[in-house]
Amino acid sequence: MQEDCLLKLRGIEKRFPGVRALHNVDFTLRKGEIHALMGENGAGKSTLIKLLTGVYSKDDGTIYVEGKEAHIHSPQDAQNNGISTVYQEITLCPNLTVAENIFIGRESNMVVKRKDYEKRTAEILSNLQIPARPRQQLGNCSLAVQQMVAIARAVDMQCKVLILDEPTSSLDDKEVNMLFKLMRDLKARGVGIIFVTHFLEQVYEVCDRITVLRNGELVGEYLTEDLPQVQLVSKMIGKELDELNNLSEKDNVVIEKGEVFYEAKGLSSSSALPFDFTIHKGEVNGFTGLLGSGRSESVRAIFGADKVNGGTVKIKGKQVQIDRPIQAMKNGIGYLSEDRKGDGIIAELSVRENIILALQVMNGFFKPISRSESEAFADEYIKALSIKTASRETPVGSLSGGNQQKVILARWLLTHPDYLILDEPTRGIDVGTKLEIQKLVLKLAEDGVSVTFISSEIEEMLRTCSRLIVMRDRHIVGELKGSELNQAQVMRTIAGGETKNEG
Amino acid sequence: MKDNTKKSFDIKSIFRGGLGQLTIPIIAIALLVIFNLIRDPSFFSIGFSSNNEGNTVLEGNLISIINSASELAVLAIGMTLVTAACGGQDISVGAAAAIAGSAFVKVLKSGSEIGAGTVIAAFILACVVAMIFGAFNGTLVAVFKIQPMIATLILYTCGRSIAYWINGGATPTVSSPIITAIGSFIPGIPVPTPVIIVIVMIVLFKLLFRFTSLELLTQSVGINGSAARLNGINTTFIKLLSFIFLGICVAVAGCIGVSRLGLINHETLLLDIEMDAILAVAIGGNNLGGGRFKISGSILGAYIIQMLTITLYAMKVPSTDVKAYKAIVIVILVVIGSPVVKQKFNRFMTQLQMKKNQTAVKEGGKA
Repeated sequence: MQEDCLLKLRGIEKRFPGVRALHNVDFTLRKGEIHALMGENGAGKSTLIKLLTGVYSKDDGTIYVEGKEAHIHSPQDAQNNGISTVYQEITLCPNLTVAENIFIGRESNMVVKRKDYEKRTAEILSNLQIPARPRQQLGNCSLAVQQMVAIARAVDMQCKVLILDEPTSSLDDKEVNMLFKLMRDLKARGVGIIFVTHFLEQVYEVCDRITVLRNGELVGEYLTEDLPQVQLVSKMIGKELDELNNLSEKDNVVIEKGEVFYEAKGLSSSSALPFDFTIHKGEVNGFTGLLGSGRSESVRAIFGADKVNGGTVKIKGKQVQIDRPIQAMKNGIGYLSEDRKGDGIIAELSVRENIILALQVMNGFFKPISRSESEAFADEYIKALSIKTASRETPVGSLSGGNQQKVILARWLLTHPDYLILDEPTRGIDVGTKLEIQKLVLKLAEDGVSVTFISSEIEEMLRTCSRLIVMRDRHIVGELKGSELNQAQVMRTIAGGETKNEG
Repeated sequence: MKDNTKKSFDIKSIFRGGLGQLTIPIIAIALLVIFNLIRDPSFFSIGFSSNNEGNTVLEGNLISIINSASELAVLAIGMTLVTAACGGQDISVGAAAAIAGSAFVKVLKSGSEIGAGTVIAAFILACVVAMIFGAFNGTLVAVFKIQPMIATLILYTCGRSIAYWINGGATPTVSSPIITAIGSFIPGIPVPTPVIIVIVMIVLFKLLFRFTSLELLTQSVGINGSAARLNGINTTFIKLLSFIFLGICVAVAGCIGVSRLGLINHETLLLDIEMDAILAVAIGGNNLGGGRFKISGSILGAYIIQMLTITLYAMKVPSTDVKAYKAIVIVILVVIGSPVVKQKFNRFMTQLQMKKNQTAVKEGGKA
């Protein structure tokens, strides 16, 4: 048993100023197992991984690699100990070839033996059954293949421990399956894999064991088959599931048709094909479809985020023009974008400044929000959304993903919108916060705010939306409501619905 | 346990949070002052004397440092804004100041005598001209998305030629009591006028930040332009605006420069000042890649550069060698302010604090 242990962490401590990120955490990884590391955002998963990869140094505790104590102070140390990591964002160079990416930074001598590398790469690729060619530019490969190349690079560096940090968050189902196949393959070769993900189904599909962290402490280590999904969730969020169930049992009442708030006819933008769309006051609707189906592009067109090419837009029956975000905002529309880091947060600005930003822009250049006023706003929303931050002046970039998302939500709530568009507000954030956001959406709708809610998780949309617009290949292919709102029907519509235009 | 964490917080805040990005400029000034006091205790003595016009005026090394850094300080304000919004620098400020100065002189020379009205008109025209050239740079950067250094290279190259054309190639002198007053002292006021102008500029920009949302918008655009746009900010306009504000600073600096000498020399007016202005922004702890900024840092930076120069002159360093010595000090400052050193320093402080805490805990246990 002992010799099977690849990696053993005992009594790990890590403190940051004012925060204890990890306290007395144990973790064990055995040879040839896929081990899920689960926890809410802020539970300490990332910190633990950064300790293993040498980004941070531990304050206390011991790390054993194959029974021997290891000191990991730099990524180089981690590599020498056979620990490799593949991150969510691909950290390879898209403008180099696959072969170059696999061998970059590893040349033992100064001469680049291109031919040798390409030959060796071809072997590795066929060995792991990765559908790529050595001389292909990496940027031209699909994200999944890029992800797999990153893994191949790690494997070829003789890694014993492979850490996969949210590798599936930007992959579609087929690509995820490809990745899982590769993971099982590596497992059969005795590699130990630490798998971090927010997708619970995926954990149950590939993992042998699950370690759960909460608030920087170890909750426990379980065999996957011993831990049903509901229990896993309750262990992660530390409360029983009644709440979660209540929400999911909410019957999807079709909201009485109130006043139409927003109506678009033939709206199109530089990235969205013409479409019609209507939303009523106090309604929650959703856009669904696979990645690239045009759901995000459509809502961006509503907000004027891309160049609007045509169509007419009416708000409360009055024709308005929305080509730029500011016009949408002035008409009471708020938009939380899909890409939190790229289009959402202003990382170096404080939580306070991030919260007041949209309201400040709407107020105009010559009406700055005073310091005391902005502090009051920030405190109000930090409390209302229970945003976990050291203070309101903390740079938002140092918050966890879920809390960053809450800050952006606060930013839009502060503008008191009539219509709020939320594009993937729950992506990459923990179960507890997801639930909070879903509740918030329903609460907003009760208060008469129209909400468009987009999520990759269909279940989540079924729980919150009273109407689903289904998109495929940049066209609206169906609209589901009432009794049609079930997973099977959504899947069928996504897969085989007829194009509205043809009907 | 709780007390200890609190304590470490306090110590940290003194070194990091308390002064923030101003730590290094303030330490640098302190070191320069201490060095000069040791070298020559009378270096900072300030006295009164009578100047050519018979006014009682302040005199001393400190006054001459603050006075001669005026143009640089004014330019550093505008350069900070451009840096923050665009993540790049304007290298044409010296040339643009020559253009503004030439326009200033052109108007002054147009009438038979130079009255207050003429001076005001000349200054306004200089401002307009500099703002137009600022808008030209700004358009290249904000609309055509050319890198700031490349965009402003154009005006850097041709600016002094344009200045040459304005006055037909001559270097005309302007003699008027008003111009002398602007360049040196206003009768009855012992503080040099350029220093007063700098103070006025600082107050004006403080008011601008107080009564508009420019600061928040500029920082948002500089840190994450894409997010700023989706929050309804007109990023093009904010970038353009930063160049126009820099234009005003350029005009003010140009007019001070002309008034000091009482003539316009389009070839030498504020020569090479753009690099010092950028340096002032950097020494002030501002990120040259844009984003968060502190005007006060840049102004301190400007005075540090000038104090360094005057210290070197006072040490009888030959003027040909001054730049080399300046470079040595600047390298030290920039390296100390670099992220790598900061991180090392913070780590060191944390460790020190933790050791202290541990011994404190041990001693507490013994007691």
